[in-house]
Amino acid sequence: MAMGGRSPLPAWADYGLLPLLNLVVAFLIAGLVVLALGENPLEASGYLVRGAFGSPELLSWTLFYATNFVFTGLAVAIAFHAGLFNIGAEGQAYIGGLGLTLVCLYLGDLPFFVILPLATIAAAAFGAAWGFIPGWLQARRGSHIVITTIMFNFIAASIMTYLLVYVLIRPGSSSPETVTFAENAWMPQLWQLGAAIGLDLPRAPLNLSFFWALVCTLLFSLFLSRTRAGFELRVVGRNDQAAIYAGISPARWQMIAMALSGALASFIALNEVMGSHHRLLLNFTGGYGFVGIAVALMGRNHPIGILLAALLFGALYQGGSELAFDMPAINKDMVVVVQGLVILFAGALEHFFRPSLEALFRRRRAVPA
Amino acid sequence: MSDLWLPALLLLDSTIRLAAPLILAALAGLFCERAGIVNIALEGKLLGGAFAAAAAAQLTGSAWIGLIAAMAFGWGLAMVHGFATITHRGDQVVSGMALNILVAGLGPVLANAWFQQAGRIPVTAEAARFPSLTLPFAEAARSVPVVGQIYAELLSGHNLLVYLAFLAVPLTFWVIWKTRFGLRLRAVGENPAAVDTAGISVPWMRYRALMVSGALCGIGGAYLSIAQNAGYLRDMSAGKGFLALAALIFGKWRPVPTLLACLLFAFTDALQIRLQGLPVPGIGEIPTQFVQAIPYVVTVVLLAGFVGRAVAPKAIGVPYVKDR
Repeated sequence: MAMGGRSPLPAWADYGLLPLLNLVVAFLIAGLVVLALGENPLEASGYLVRGAFGSPELLSWTLFYATNFVFTGLAVAIAFHAGLFNIGAEGQAYIGGLGLTLVCLYLGDLPFFVILPLATIAAAAFGAAWGFIPGWLQARRGSHIVITTIMFNFIAASIMTYLLVYVLIRPGSSSPETVTFAENAWMPQLWQLGAAIGLDLPRAPLNLSFFWALVCTLLFSLFLSRTRAGFELRVVGRNDQAAIYAGISPARWQMIAMALSGALASFIALNEVMGSHHRLLLNFTGGYGFVGIAVALMGRNHPIGILLAALLFGALYQGGSELAFDMPAINKDMVVVVQGLVILFAGALEHFFRPSLEALFRRRRAVPA
Repeated sequence: MSDLWLPALLLLDSTIRLAAPLILAALAGLFCERAGIVNIALEGKLLGGAFAAAAAAQLTGSAWIGLIAAMAFGWGLAMVHGFATITHRGDQVVSGMALNILVAGLGPVLANAWFQQAGRIPVTAEAARFPSLTLPFAEAARSVPVVGQIYAELLSGHNLLVYLAFLAVPLTFWVIWKTRFGLRLRAVGENPAAVDTAGISVPWMRYRALMVSGALCGIGGAYLSIAQNAGYLRDMSAGKGFLALAALIFGKWRPVPTLLACLLFAFTDALQIRLQGLPVPGIGEIPTQFVQAIPYVVTVVLLAGFVGRAVAPKAIGVPYVKDR
């Protein structure tokens, strides 16, 4: 997978310079695509940056999207650390949304501080279960995790469409969505909290989930670097033979990693369903699970890297929709193109710049020594 | 008897139609996985082929130019995959996923800008699509019971690309097992160091395997957009590349078992289409959403249990480093 062994690069170059170089190339090629569409790439980038950061309101939207990408980035990264490529974050988040919705719909009378932990646990449990099954199939039956997680995305989509069309649909509605949750089950948005203490914040769906994403990042970091369990998980990912010799069961940690991955992905539902729409919608996951792959690779599976990469993709999503408004020739799928390019350059072509960069640093180090 | 016979025949007929893109993609996968390159980009190459075929056929009005464009685009994507994974020894699964996502985004962006149809490309002209071919004497044979009906319904009346897909199976068998190229290709996937010692370039063999693979996927994509359907739609490959990959694993990387696996998947798909809105005896009407999920569930079940040990080519997924 994308985790290399010991590198002669200093940490700042490994985690900063190299991803930056990969990103620059990805953007240059995206610029060529914009040229092919008959638009000016520089002008397009201007719209994009202004659309993402131009005002406090736009920035809030950027952070709202970034919250989703922190969750999915962490989800993909924890599977990577166990040596697994989870492309099922999309389906895991979708099923997680079901767990959350059931709590919000049927226990909506409870006070918010009771609903919030229940909804979080329900989302995590549903998402973890949906991640665990492919994990189990990989660990115990040798079924290729990439194919099974893709299949589970399709199966999740079928189940959710069925439930939204026939079971959970708002009575009398023609579009497949649930009733709006009772207000007890709404995640407070930051402008509402701000208003309570006299702060005038822009009205955007940025909500408390943002802080939960930061907490998850911290927990992710502590778990992997400070606990025995996290260490065992990483050993499995680095070298499963060594793990067996050390008495660590790779199968066990692969299953646990996939369950954790599914739980992390499911928290998208907190942000989107509980924090923004206040009801379950068809396809509320909107491809965020796939963005998680780009975020994890770009962030080199490192918590800080993931935060930065999530911010970048949050800006791309928010700026991208403004751009699509200003330049009709470019539609929102342009973000997907950039996403593919980032995965290509930060993931598959990570060795593209590395040898020359390493040679450069080796030479520099050789001189003073 | 006869009131079950004809629906069964029609079901098999649609199985054959639905199997064609799966077969082409699975054979594409066979070539590169036999050479040691994991290819989860089959999905993206199918979708890219569908896009290129529709765009070129709609612009030029020629189905053949559409087909060539699809093959060229599939080839190009395969070369990017090769550049990342052979030349730069990148992770093959990550590279494949990058191409899948790239193509999924690029298609609607370009289609939107060039054809102004909200990310679709309709292929309107008759000559820009591949027509169905009626085999000789098919109409006359229809009146002959069983044999004649099989000939007229099942074998005749398909698209040129369908026949091509089925012809590609024996051809692949011959190339992989009976030619020097095939022997070397398999050797590169099993023991690249030995091939290298024999003075054959491992990267060049793998690049050639990818070229074949890209072109085959391109044909499969062209089938989707200018033969089976009349145009390109967003995400129209709908997981077929992944099903093909599962069929390849289920078929243990051999052409004929892979063909059978493709037919099985296509059959579940045909059944799925047939079952929609139709009551099943004893169960009642199954909701469409569950019926649609059948091929995906079957894939998981097959991968989970009934494959036996799937023994992949030994060097699959491992970049070859000469000086080790």
